[in-house]
Amino acid sequence: MTAGLVPPSSAVDAVARGRLRRASRRRLVVAVLAGLVVAAFCVTLMIGRTVYPPGDVFRVVLGQDVPGATFTVGRLRLPRAVLAVVAGLGFGLAGVTFQTMLRNPLASPDVIGISAGASAAAVIAIVFLGLSGTAVSVTSIVAALGVALLVYTLASTGGVAGTRLILIGIGVAAMSRSVVSYVLSKAGTWDFAEALRWLTGSLNGTTWEATLPAVVALLVFGPVLLAQTRDLAALQLGDDTASALGTRVERTRLVAIVAAVGLIAFVTAACGPIAFVSFLAGPIAARVVGPNGSLLVPAALVGALLVLVADLVGQFALDTRFPVGVVTGVLGAPYLVYLIVRTNRAGGSL
Amino acid sequence: MTTTHSLAAEELVLGYGERAVIDDLDLVLPAGRMTAIVGANACGKSTLLRSMSRLLAPRAGRVLLDGRAVHRMPAKELARTLGVLPQSPLAPEGITVADLVGRGRHPHQRVFSRWSREDDVAVATALEATQTTDLAERPVDELSGGQRQRVWIAMALAQQTDLLLLDEPTTFLDVAHQVEVLDLLTDLNRTRGTTIVMVLHDLNLAARYADHLVALAAGRVHAAGDPAAVLTEENVRVVFGLESRVIVDPTSGRPLVLPLGRHNVAAPAAAPWAG
Repeated sequence: MTAGLVPPSSAVDAVARGRLRRASRRRLVVAVLAGLVVAAFCVTLMIGRTVYPPGDVFRVVLGQDVPGATFTVGRLRLPRAVLAVVAGLGFGLAGVTFQTMLRNPLASPDVIGISAGASAAAVIAIVFLGLSGTAVSVTSIVAALGVALLVYTLASTGGVAGTRLILIGIGVAAMSRSVVSYVLSKAGTWDFAEALRWLTGSLNGTTWEATLPAVVALLVFGPVLLAQTRDLAALQLGDDTASALGTRVERTRLVAIVAAVGLIAFVTAACGPIAFVSFLAGPIAARVVGPNGSLLVPAALVGALLVLVADLVGQFALDTRFPVGVVTGVLGAPYLVYLIVRTNRAGGSL
Repeated sequence: MTTTHSLAAEELVLGYGERAVIDDLDLVLPAGRMTAIVGANACGKSTLLRSMSRLLAPRAGRVLLDGRAVHRMPAKELARTLGVLPQSPLAPEGITVADLVGRGRHPHQRVFSRWSREDDVAVATALEATQTTDLAERPVDELSGGQRQRVWIAMALAQQTDLLLLDEPTTFLDVAHQVEVLDLLTDLNRTRGTTIVMVLHDLNLAARYADHLVALAAGRVHAAGDPAAVLTEENVRVVFGLESRVIVDPTSGRPLVLPLGRHNVAAPAAAPWAG
C-alpha cells in the first residue's frame, strides 16, 4: 500500500531528524549513566579502611600481585562491587520490565511481593533445609515464580494491570516478610546483620561463590528481556493495540515474567531483596531519559548506580555502618508514599 | 494498488463466559469499500469487530482473510495486512506523536533490526495523510480529542495495511471532529483503496459515509447491503426497537433516520400506530 499520497522527502527527513534526535538523547543518557556506574564501581574498590590508589586497584583487577591490596581489593571489595553492579542491573531491569508490562509504576517486583517471596524461600532453604549456593537460588526462583503466579491468578479477574494486583501483591509481600522474620527468629545463631540481609538486602560479607549464580542469571535472563524490548513497547499501548500490531501478548508476558522473576530470584538469593531498587530504577530512568524510547537499559544502569552509591553511603557516610537495603529503603519509601498520594489526588486508582 | 483482500466470517459463534454474544453469523465484507456495522447497545458489534481482527478467539466457526483462518496466521504477517484501531488505546506518558505513529511499524520490524528509511517514509506518509505533520514533535497528552484520534489513525496507517478495522472511531468526539475523522477515512478508501470496516453508533453518519451497511440484531446479521436498502423504518424498528421516519437526506441523497420519541413530534408525523 505505497500508492496514494507520497510525502515530500523534506517531510521524511524531518521525521528521521526527530527520531535521531530522540535516539541521540537516549544514547547520551545511557553513556553518562554507564560512566557513573564505572566511576562508582572504581570508588567502591578504592576506598575502605585503607584507601588504595587507582593504579594498585587496576593491577589487582588485572590479576597482578600487589601486597595488601590483592587480599583487600581482590577478595573483599571486588566481589562486593561486582555483586552490587549485577544486583543493581538485575533489579533495575526486572523492575522496569514489570512496570512497563503492567503499565503501572507501583507494579514493581519488590512492591508486589516477588522479591520478598524469593527472600523467604532463601531463608527457609538456608535455615530449615540446610542448603547453600545454587540450591538456594533454585529454591528462590521456584518460590518467586510461585508468588508471581499467585498474585497474577488472584488479581486476574480484575484486569491484571489494576489496583487488585498491586494490593494483593502488597499483602503477599507483607506475608513473605513475616515468614522471613519467623524463620530468622528460629535460627538462634544468626546475627542481626545476617537477618537484615534477608529483610532489606545487604552486600556485607559477599563472596565470589555467592556472586557467581547472580552473574550467570544476568547473562542468561538479561538478553532474553532485552529481546522483548519492542514487544514490551507495544504492550504499553494496551493489550488490544499490541495484539493489533502483531505482538503475541500472552507469550510476551509469559517470557518477560519468567525472565524477570528468574533474575530477581537469583539476585535476591545472593544479596537479599535490596529494598526498592526495582521500584525506583524505572521511574528515575524515565525522568532522565524522557519519552525517548525503551527504558530497559537506562533503568538497569540506574539500578546499578543506586546500589553502588547506597552501599558507599551505608558503609562510609554515617557513623554507623548500614547495609545497602536500609539506605535504599530510606530513599524508596517516601517515593512510594508520593506516588500513592499523587494518584489519589488525580482521582485515579492505584 | 487496489486491495483484493477478502475478509469474511463463517458460522461464527462468539461470547464471554457462558453467554453467546454472536451466534452462527455469516458475513462477507466487500473489499475496497467502506463498511459500517451498526446495531443496538450490547448487540455484539464490537465483539464481532474484535473477533474479525483476531483480538477475540471464536467459540466456533472461522474468520477468513483471503480464505485463511486469521486465528491461525502468524501474528506479524496478519498485522501487515489487517490493521485495527481498538476503542480505547493507551498512550504512554509523554510520548511524542512521531514516536507513537512509529509504533505502527512494529509488524514490519524484527527483534533487533534498525530503523529504515522505509519506516521513516511510512511515518511521514501517515502524518501527512492525517494532517498531523505539524504535531509530530508534540506530546500526545497535550492534544485535543480530535487531534489524538487522528494520531491514532496515523499509527494504524503507518502499519500500511490494506484493511483497516476501527471500533467506534468517533466516540468522545464532537460533531465537527466526527465528520473530520470520517472524511479522513473516506480519503484513505478513495485514494488508496484501503478497505475500511468500522463500528459506528450514529446511524446517520453511518448512512452518509458507508458504502455497505451491516445491521446486527440479537447476535445475527439482520440486514446487510446498500445503506438505502438497509436503513428502512422496518429495520430500524427491529434492530433498535425504535419507531422512526426515514427520509432522503437532501445533502447527500442517502437515507436519514428521524427517531420518533414520545415528545415534541408534530402531529402528522407522530405515532402512525395511534391512527
